[in-house]
Amino acid sequence: MMAIPTIVLVAVAVFALIRFIPGDPAALMLGDMAQPDQIAAMRVELGLDKSMPEQFLIWAGNVLQGDFGRSIVNAEAVLPLVVSRFLVSAEIVVVAVLLASLIAVPAGVIAAWRQNSLTDLALVGTATVLLSIPTFWLGLLLLLLFGLELGWLPVLGYVSIGDNLTDGLLYLVLPVVTLVIHEAGVLIRMARASTLEVLRLDYITHARAKGLSESAVLWRHAFKNAFGPTWTMIGLILGNLLGGIAVIETVFTIPGLGRLMVDSIFARDYPVIQGCLLFVSLSYVLVNLIVDLLYPLFDPRVVAE
Amino acid sequence: MKKFTLNGLIGGILIAILLVTAAVGLFWTPFDPMKLSFTARLAAPGTAHLLGTDEFGRDVLSRLMVGARASVWIGVLTVGFATICGTLIGLISGYARGGVDGIIMAVNNALLAFPGILLALGLLAVFGANQYGIIFALGIAYTPSMARVVRGAVLSLREREFIEASRVMGNGELYTMLRHILPNCVAPITVLATSMFGWAILSESALSFLGLGVPPPAPTWGNMLAAGRPFLQQAAWLGLFPGLCIALTLLGINLLGDALRDRLDPRMRGLK
Repeated sequence: MMAIPTIVLVAVAVFALIRFIPGDPAALMLGDMAQPDQIAAMRVELGLDKSMPEQFLIWAGNVLQGDFGRSIVNAEAVLPLVVSRFLVSAEIVVVAVLLASLIAVPAGVIAAWRQNSLTDLALVGTATVLLSIPTFWLGLLLLLLFGLELGWLPVLGYVSIGDNLTDGLLYLVLPVVTLVIHEAGVLIRMARASTLEVLRLDYITHARAKGLSESAVLWRHAFKNAFGPTWTMIGLILGNLLGGIAVIETVFTIPGLGRLMVDSIFARDYPVIQGCLLFVSLSYVLVNLIVDLLYPLFDPRVVAE
Repeated sequence: MKKFTLNGLIGGILIAILLVTAAVGLFWTPFDPMKLSFTARLAAPGTAHLLGTDEFGRDVLSRLMVGARASVWIGVLTVGFATICGTLIGLISGYARGGVDGIIMAVNNALLAFPGILLALGLLAVFGANQYGIIFALGIAYTPSMARVVRGAVLSLREREFIEASRVMGNGELYTMLRHILPNCVAPITVLATSMFGWAILSESALSFLGLGVPPPAPTWGNMLAAGRPFLQQAAWLGLFPGLCIALTLLGINLLGDALRDRLDPRMRGLK
């Protein structure tokens, strides 16, 4: 349960980060025309007149009750806003990571199995190129080709799958494909590396010596042990994307969490920035926790340790 | 082994081109990168402007050269910041062990619990969206990874005989740490710093693309891509060349990083 102290420290870090922002939040909220007495009243209303530890405890207590505060810009409650935007991002990220894993993991295993062959060189080379292409550029190129030149797919905007299934799916294609192409590069290399490690071990030689077919050795014996590190990587990618999807959402004008965070930074909407930071880092910790808890499914040795 | 040197060679050439371009861009560009020309707006690549002009008639090649300078500068300062701070923290943590180590690592792990780019975004809200804001934000975001790697190296080194020997010879702790432990951490630090240089360049261009980086009119590859977006249909080169620069730079760093890892860190051999 290392997750709990981490979560507490993450909360402290998020709280402290926002307090480091130069300027008085009360004055920022009221704008340039505010009178000193209005600012003082706002400071009391926001609890800024209390000591730091007190402020933190009040804030943490509110957060635990699901009260993330309200947006400075439009007084919207932060938590429902963050959750609704998060669902948009999560839909894209989860589908993309799932597809990328389905393509990349077998490709990586095959590359390792055929180490130093032409297949291996081609796969690793492709993977290295793919992971070097920035997602926002790849997205722009795909948009230019399939959206503007060929006109096959919608260019701007977003329709929720819940509202209209066909349109929703069409709008998902380009952002998902962009992410799949990039993350497949990362995962192919990871899967290849961890499979190579395993293929060197004695029990693989033993399995081959028993006369098992290559495919049985590879998929039944090597793959199970090799998948662990890749599985951890999938978790990391999932968490990273949830935080780093802002560029993709900007390219495809998708109203997701990343875009919300960037817009809030522009608007200096601190409660929303704080809410996004906290929500994403908690989901990152949570995703990695779930990944760790599921790890023994692939690698029973981990429980014994 | 042959393949790895080939990797390193291609990577090295790509990075050398980047560095030379950035260096030349300090003194000379074909045109003034900031000079507006309304007669030459959105001119296609050709003999007059090798890579075309943008929506204000500014020469794309000149702006890319100045952009290379910005990328290299921000990359170097970010990596320098993270390497110095991370190495210091890692050395202290690994060498002191006990309570100090516990506290430092708890904070370090909490910072690692943020996805890097998210932490950088949060820090940018504090420092403000400009060149130095980016350097600090990314530098702080990368410091925990460096600290963790250095601490790990120190922990395994400090149990080795030659460190014990240095102590027995009567050398002070600080001397042992700087003279014997630090030089042996150089390999993992170099490998990580190389990857970090790539992360920094990618993150800088992503942040500039989002409008949170170096503000226009100063050219960076990221903000050139963002500015070219509305004109992609008439002027595809505005989207093509800056992105290509970023991709080739990252490819060079990735290839060079792989080669370095294979050379400097035998345990990582094959783990690419």
